[in-house]
Amino acid sequence: MSDLLLDIKNERLSFFTPAGEVKALNNVSFAMKQGEVLGIVGESGSGKSVTAYSLMGLTAYPGRLIGGELHFNGHEVEKMTEKEFRKMRGKEVSIIFQDPMTSLNPVYTIGNQIIEMIRLHTDKDKKQAYERARELLELVGINEPDRRLKQYPHELSGGMRQRVMIAIALACEPKLLIADEPTTALDVTIQAQILELMMELREKMGMSIIMITHDLGVVARMCEKIAVMYAGRIVEYGTTDEIFYNPKHEYTKGLINSIPKLNQKEKERLVPIEGSPIDLLNPPAGCPFAPRCKSCMKICLREMPPRSDLSDTHYTQCWMVQKEQFEAKGGKA
Amino acid sequence: MSEQKKLVEVQHLQQYFHAGGVGKKRKYVQAVDDVSFFINKGETLGLVGESGCGKTTTGRTLLRLYEPTDGRIIYDGQTIYDSGKLPDSKGKIAVDMLPYRRKMQIVFQDPYASLDPRMTIGDIVGEAIDIHKLAANEKDRRDRIISMLQRVGLNSEHANRYPHEFSGGQRQRVGIARALAVNPEFIVCDEPVSALDVSIQAQVVNMFEDLQNEMGLTYLFIAHDLSIVKHISNRIGVMYLGRMVELADSYELTFHSVHPYTRSLISAIPIADPKTARTSQRIVLEGDVPSPLNPPSGCRFRTRCPYADEQCACEVPEFKEVGPGHWAACHHLDRVK
Repeated sequence: MSDLLLDIKNERLSFFTPAGEVKALNNVSFAMKQGEVLGIVGESGSGKSVTAYSLMGLTAYPGRLIGGELHFNGHEVEKMTEKEFRKMRGKEVSIIFQDPMTSLNPVYTIGNQIIEMIRLHTDKDKKQAYERARELLELVGINEPDRRLKQYPHELSGGMRQRVMIAIALACEPKLLIADEPTTALDVTIQAQILELMMELREKMGMSIIMITHDLGVVARMCEKIAVMYAGRIVEYGTTDEIFYNPKHEYTKGLINSIPKLNQKEKERLVPIEGSPIDLLNPPAGCPFAPRCKSCMKICLREMPPRSDLSDTHYTQCWMVQKEQFEAKGGKA
Repeated sequence: MSEQKKLVEVQHLQQYFHAGGVGKKRKYVQAVDDVSFFINKGETLGLVGESGCGKTTTGRTLLRLYEPTDGRIIYDGQTIYDSGKLPDSKGKIAVDMLPYRRKMQIVFQDPYASLDPRMTIGDIVGEAIDIHKLAANEKDRRDRIISMLQRVGLNSEHANRYPHEFSGGQRQRVGIARALAVNPEFIVCDEPVSALDVSIQAQVVNMFEDLQNEMGLTYLFIAHDLSIVKHISNRIGVMYLGRMVELADSYELTFHSVHPYTRSLISAIPIADPKTARTSQRIVLEGDVPSPLNPPSGCRFRTRCPYADEQCACEVPEFKEVGPGHWAACHHLDRVK
């Protein structure tokens, strides 16, 4: 257990809205080792970001953690106070947001914003902090750091701003970096630069990364483990190869089939997932994916499938897999 | 395509936007510069490029939603715009677009911003029917609206609802129904799936293909996602900073591209296949796209191009045919491997 950096068990989180309780996370469990890169994929509203934010105590009102254990780097996150969170954020875990245009403060210079972070968490004086900020900008590949430190966010391009965000996030060498759709707002050639940079920095600093994205291409390239989320649950979890070459859950299969493949010679028709995601205010009784599932059975609509383990690293929640395993053991369906 | 009839053609299209300054200091954003291409009837031409490369402007200028600053637009053999400045032109032509609006339609990128929140879905789809006086009476109008909605996978009860009651995918379907309401021949699809979730994207892409087969539509499909464009298009044009850099059959372009920009663009796309992704060679471009206010001289890609030399700085490379149906604009095609 001790080598785990992060261990989440049965996390449940709900948003208490005037219209009723929205169950954003339902029994989410996963663990991460130091230095691992985990990808969380899923559609908008599937709970990817909420999972990551709850780790940093950033759950927005009216959301509340209502159950589960979250262990991170020796902390019991579910019991932490805002004061303790403040100490942890930035130092042990930091985050890169999706939109570099809005996540930097427009009225402070880049230098100000990086130095603030360094001064907050270390006992460096102004001069040392400035030196460190310069180093960081060089580290993330920004030329002329002295000039850039005096500039305001609007003077930089999108890719450059995202580099600054990464510099701020890495200022105190965190153990875990959460990247919430870090390249969605960027162009592909810039996206390639940023992903390359993140991988290089991981190599240098040995941190773990949680990569939240809806782009399967990005996780295929960057991640070792993948968690597929749907309607607030992890429906399938495994190594990158297990998820891509041996997907078990119908949703995972659907996701993989629904994207056009660039390296394919023949033109094939896309296989979309029919229907649209469920309303989390009124979730169905059984498996949340059942209404869109091609091989939906009666039991799927009634009861939530239990977890089926397929290997040490690979598990899913699907009645079809349960049925197969049961039959393989010699039972009658 | 069996029919090789050109439906739409643009020649030396140019679109500069005034961006401040007076007299000699007048500045222009050179959004589209000297772009020429044609689209055959029943074909889909894809247009890809990074943000700010002028692909949307090209689509809109082609429909004369923006008045071009130079060039010529030909639709179905009729010149609908001619600036009169080209060497072979016979004076300025700018025809009345109303009859052409019925044949040329557009689907916009953002399904949240492109529908009037105070109009019902029925009125949004019906507006074009009213403008072109296509319906004989109220009942005919309603039937047309409902058949359009059904065609895009919505049903008749949706006609009385307002846009906010729909999800992104459904709104995009409304946008498509609106474009189809006048029975057009040609549709400019301006990033129609970029704002949608992956599983919904595939639904909409399939619908575009079905509609094309049923109604014999011709598309100009604009997107920044090359994998989707490659999937839906017969031919693809790649734009960079207002110029077309390469245009070819979609298979040819993805597997045998010749322009250094196209190559790096293709290699930058994350492939959703771990084994290929781990082994594939990426050409990571340095730097950012320069500003279209003050584009580099000569070849506009030269500031990021690994092959650039003095020639690239002073001469604009000609957009020429390098193979059957394969055009590219580069001085060093022989050196690019």
